[in-house]
Amino acid sequence: MAQVHLKNVVKKYGSLEVVHAINLDIEDGEFVVLVGPSGCGKSTTLRMIAGLEDISGGDIEIGDRVVNDLAPRDRNISMVFQNYALYPHMTVQENLGFSLKIAKFSQSEIDAAVQNAAEILSLTDLMDRKPGALSGGQRQRVAMGRAIVRHPDVFLFDEPLSNLDAKLRTQMRVEIKKLHQKVKSTIVYVTHDQIEAMTLADRIVIMRDGHIEQIGTPLDVFEHPVNTFVASFIGSPPMNFLEAQIDGGKIILQDGTALTMPAGYAANEGQKVTFGVRADNIMPQNHAMPAGNNMALVEMEVSLTEPLGTETLLFAELAGSEVQAKMLNPRPVQNGERLTFEISLDKCHIFDAQTGNALKAQ
Amino acid sequence: MMQSVSAQNRKRIAKTAHFVGLFIAMSIICIPGLWIVLNSFRPTVEIMAKPPVWIPNELNLDHYRAMFGGAGEGGVPVLTYFRNSMIISITSTVIALLVGMGGGYAFARYHFKGKSAIFVGLMVTRAVPGVALSLPLFIIFARLGIIDTHFGIILAYVAMNVPFTIWLIDGFMRQIPKELAEAAEIDGCTRWQAFWRVEFPVARSGIASAGIFAFLTSWNEYALASQLSRSTTSKTMPVGLLDFTSEFTLNWGGMCALAVLMILPALVLTFLVQKHLIAGLTFGGVKG
Repeated sequence: MAQVHLKNVVKKYGSLEVVHAINLDIEDGEFVVLVGPSGCGKSTTLRMIAGLEDISGGDIEIGDRVVNDLAPRDRNISMVFQNYALYPHMTVQENLGFSLKIAKFSQSEIDAAVQNAAEILSLTDLMDRKPGALSGGQRQRVAMGRAIVRHPDVFLFDEPLSNLDAKLRTQMRVEIKKLHQKVKSTIVYVTHDQIEAMTLADRIVIMRDGHIEQIGTPLDVFEHPVNTFVASFIGSPPMNFLEAQIDGGKIILQDGTALTMPAGYAANEGQKVTFGVRADNIMPQNHAMPAGNNMALVEMEVSLTEPLGTETLLFAELAGSEVQAKMLNPRPVQNGERLTFEISLDKCHIFDAQTGNALKAQ
Repeated sequence: MMQSVSAQNRKRIAKTAHFVGLFIAMSIICIPGLWIVLNSFRPTVEIMAKPPVWIPNELNLDHYRAMFGGAGEGGVPVLTYFRNSMIISITSTVIALLVGMGGGYAFARYHFKGKSAIFVGLMVTRAVPGVALSLPLFIIFARLGIIDTHFGIILAYVAMNVPFTIWLIDGFMRQIPKELAEAAEIDGCTRWQAFWRVEFPVARSGIASAGIFAFLTSWNEYALASQLSRSTTSKTMPVGLLDFTSEFTLNWGGMCALAVLMILPALVLTFLVQKHLIAGLTFGGVKG
C-alpha cells in the first residue's frame, strides 16, 4: 500500500501537450476516480502512473520512490484494462497466477494466492476455462483477480466497466467497491461516467483538456462545483444554466424574473452571470420539495415529460431557455400544462458568464 | 404450405447447384494432380496412349524403381535432391520467420521515421518477378563464388520470403490488442518476456501460416533455383525434374514419380498444421 503523488506532471506528444503540469496527491488506501470527457487526459495520466507512457516533465512518486524512469514491472502496481487484456491462450487459473509465475514464486505459493483471489471474486468454478469461454462479467472479474493476486501497492483501473451492459455495470460497480473495502489498497480509477465516479470515489478528480478542474469528495463537487464545466459534468440530468445579470443585488433573468442571491455567492452590480440550478431544485409546488429559506416561485409550461417511476423529469421553458425540472411523487402531466414551480435558491449556483467560474463569496 | 414446399425445393436446387459448381471447380484443380499420381504408377505406353486411357489396365512401381536405380537405368539422385530441398527450404523458412517476426512486430507496434515508406518498399520488392532478377543474381553470385551452394539459394529465398512474412506477421500482430503486452509488462514481464510469453503464443497460428507459405514458396520454387544450382551439390527437387528430359525423349513417368515425391512432404506438412493454418487465416473472425 502506498501514496501516489503527481507533481507538475506533463505529457507531450511531439509539440502537442496533452497533460498540463497536473498536481495530485493520493492518500494511502484512497479510492480516487479521474473523470472527464474523452480526450481530457485522464487515461494518459493513468498510463503515466502505470509506466506505460513516459512522462515529459514533473515527477511521479509511488510510496516514497520517484518512479519516473522505472519500468511498469518495477512499480508494484496492477492494472485492469478496458478490454480486460486477459491472456487468451491461458486458463483462468494461469491468467491469475501469471504474475507470480514471472516473479518465480513456488507453485504452492502461487496456488494459494490464486485460490484466495478466486474465492474473493467467486471464480472457483471457472478456473479451467479460457477467457474466450467466459461472459463479459466473468472476464471482468478475472481481470480484477489478476490484479489483486500480487497485493500491489496501487490498483489502476482504466474504464473497466465500459464494455459491460448497463445492468452488469451496476453490479460490477458494487463488486469493485466491495473489493476496495476488502483489500484496502490505493485505487486510481478512470472513467467518463460521472455516476461511476460519484458512487465509487472517496475523492473525484475532474479533468478537462489536460487540466484538473476540481478535486473533491463526491458530495463536495456536486454541491460546490468550481465552474460551469464541473457543474454540468457532475450530476444527472446536467445542471440547467440561465443567462442573467445582477441588478439591485438580485439575479435578473432575461425575461425580467428577479431571484434572490443564493447563500454563499456574491457578484458585482451589473455583472453578467450564469445562473445554475439542478432539476432536483426546481419542482412543481406540492411535490415534496424540501422546505428552504430562500424559495422562488415561477410559472412554466411543460413541453415534455420523462416518467422514470419514482420521479418524472419535466422539460419546460424558463426565461427563453429549456430547463429540466423534477417531480417527486409523480402524477400524470399533460404536455402544454402550465404549472407553478418552486426553486430552492439556496441550492443554486452563480457563475461568471465569461470565465464560467463560481462566484463564491469570500 | 405450398410456399414452404417451394421454398424447400428452391433450397434443394440451390444446394445441388452449389455441389455441382464445387465439383467442377475441384475437378479443374485436382485432376492434373491426380493425373500425375496416376501416371507415376503406370507404364509409359499407357501414359502416351492416344486417346488417353482413363482407367489404367496395369499399375506398378517401375518408374519409382528406375528413379532410385543406377544412372544407366534412368535413375536420378533423388535422395540428394530431397536433402538439398529440405536444407534449403527449412533454413530459409526459419530465417524468414525470425526476420518476419522481428519486422512484423516492429511494424505493428512501433512508430518510427519512414515506416510506411519502408513497408511499401518491402512490398514493391514482391512486385518484381523473381525470374527478372535471375540474371543479375547469377552474375553477382558467380562473382561471389556462391553459385551452386546451399547458401546462395537460401540467401535468394530469404530475400524472396522476408517481405511476405513481415507483411503477414504484421497483420496478425496488429490484431492482437497491445494491452495484452502491457498487461504482461505490468504483471512483471520485460518487453522481451511479454513478447515470448504472451504475444508469440497468441500469434502462433498466424506465424505458423506465414511459415507454411514461406516453406511452400521455397519448396516449389523452380526458376531461380534452376539458375543458381548447377550440380547435385545444390539442385533442389523441382530442378531435379529436368533430369528426366534428354535431347530426344521425355521420361514422363519418371517425372511424375519425382513430382509425387515432391508433393508428399508439402501435403504432410499442410495436413499437420492445417488447424493453425485455418485459425491463422481466419484470425480476424475470432474474438479473443
